[in-house]
Amino acid sequence: MTLITYRNGWIILTVFILALILSVMPIPIWAKSFRPQWLTLVLIYWCLAIPHKVNIGSAWILGIIQDVLCGTLLGQRALALSIVAFATITLHLRIRIFPLWQQSFAIMVLLLLDRLLDLWIIVATGQPIPNLSYWIPALTSSLLWPWLYIILRDVRKKFNIV
Amino acid sequence: MPSLNVRLLIAIILSLGLIITDHRTKNLDQVRTVLSILAYPLIYSASAIWFTDILSFHANLVELESDNRRLHQENLLLQARLQQLDALEAENMRLRDLLGSSFKIGERVLIAELISVDMAPYRQQVMINKGSSSGVFVGQPVLDAHAVVGQVIRTTPSTATVLLITDAAHALPVQINRNGLRTIAEGTGLIDNLRLPYVANNADAHEGDLLITSGLGGHFPPGYPVAKIYEVKHEPGKPFAKVIATPNANLQRIREVLLVWPLISEQATEDFEIETATFPE
Repeated sequence: MTLITYRNGWIILTVFILALILSVMPIPIWAKSFRPQWLTLVLIYWCLAIPHKVNIGSAWILGIIQDVLCGTLLGQRALALSIVAFATITLHLRIRIFPLWQQSFAIMVLLLLDRLLDLWIIVATGQPIPNLSYWIPALTSSLLWPWLYIILRDVRKKFNIV
Repeated sequence: MPSLNVRLLIAIILSLGLIITDHRTKNLDQVRTVLSILAYPLIYSASAIWFTDILSFHANLVELESDNRRLHQENLLLQARLQQLDALEAENMRLRDLLGSSFKIGERVLIAELISVDMAPYRQQVMINKGSSSGVFVGQPVLDAHAVVGQVIRTTPSTATVLLITDAAHALPVQINRNGLRTIAEGTGLIDNLRLPYVANNADAHEGDLLITSGLGGHFPPGYPVAKIYEVKHEPGKPFAKVIATPNANLQRIREVLLVWPLISEQATEDFEIETATFPE
């Protein structure tokens, strides 16, 4: 993995691990349908900030880890995250110059794409189809985006990751 | 380094290949097991076991005392009931002997604890802390103190994934305890609802009827309680009534579950012995 040998790559790894833990951490039942897509959010951030280091390869590996953690079909999350990473990197120069609130909307579209690809695999493989609350996390995640962006930007500046 | 488009193409082909293999075959189960073992530290830190451990140090002494007293009383009651049960069991065996059918009570069980991680939110799955190294196998029935909980669908050496009876992909052969009517209970994806889609409109099913496992599917031992019928709606002009049941197990609150090893193989050999005994050649 190039990420480990990369200068301060362990910071990026730690952030990803935290996101993975947050995405399976137990929360009260009423909050479950609001759980943000932590991993997708963090992945989008790093793809915007350092697309030459975090890109489709890392997205695919993270997707496989999430598949194993969540018990979904192997490759289900990997497919969605790779395509989201691709879309983010293609648009990263444009999204970077948006003001934060406008960025949130762009991120919401990417998060919806993530959900849509996931749903597509669920339907194609004949798994039970989730109800409409399936789309709520995209909304809560995009509301979280400005805070996450500021925190991760400070982390990136502090450890001088470029 | 290949260009972005090439990488995306590789990622898509790899993922689709994996999805199709995982969906159609069981070849990837080994891979998943190995990956799950590698991911165990993540599961452990997410399940907040260490967190509850720290909290339980400060458990209230008064609470412990009252718990202790309550458990003593419960134990006394259960012991009294057990004495009766022993007599009944002996009687049952005697009657079955008279009928000439072989039957064995007392299956092997193991207690497992839930690992509190949230898996895919739209599926009803839980993870438990016993795995194939304790003899847990795929398809094994899982119960709690009250009723059937679900069945094992994946194992690793130290953990197993249990599909709850309320998952939309789960169906369970049951019968109504009162009159022995056989039917199938399907999950709905809601944690407190089961659906009985194949109950005829004129069938004898009422609200409050207890559903027990019929043992016909071959996975679950017969006679365990599953759910209570909550609502029966007769729809004129349709072949089947709309029947909803609520699971007896407290699926939202379970912390420990029982894993059961059915005695099917032993029973089969006994049946065989009886047959050969009746027709000696």
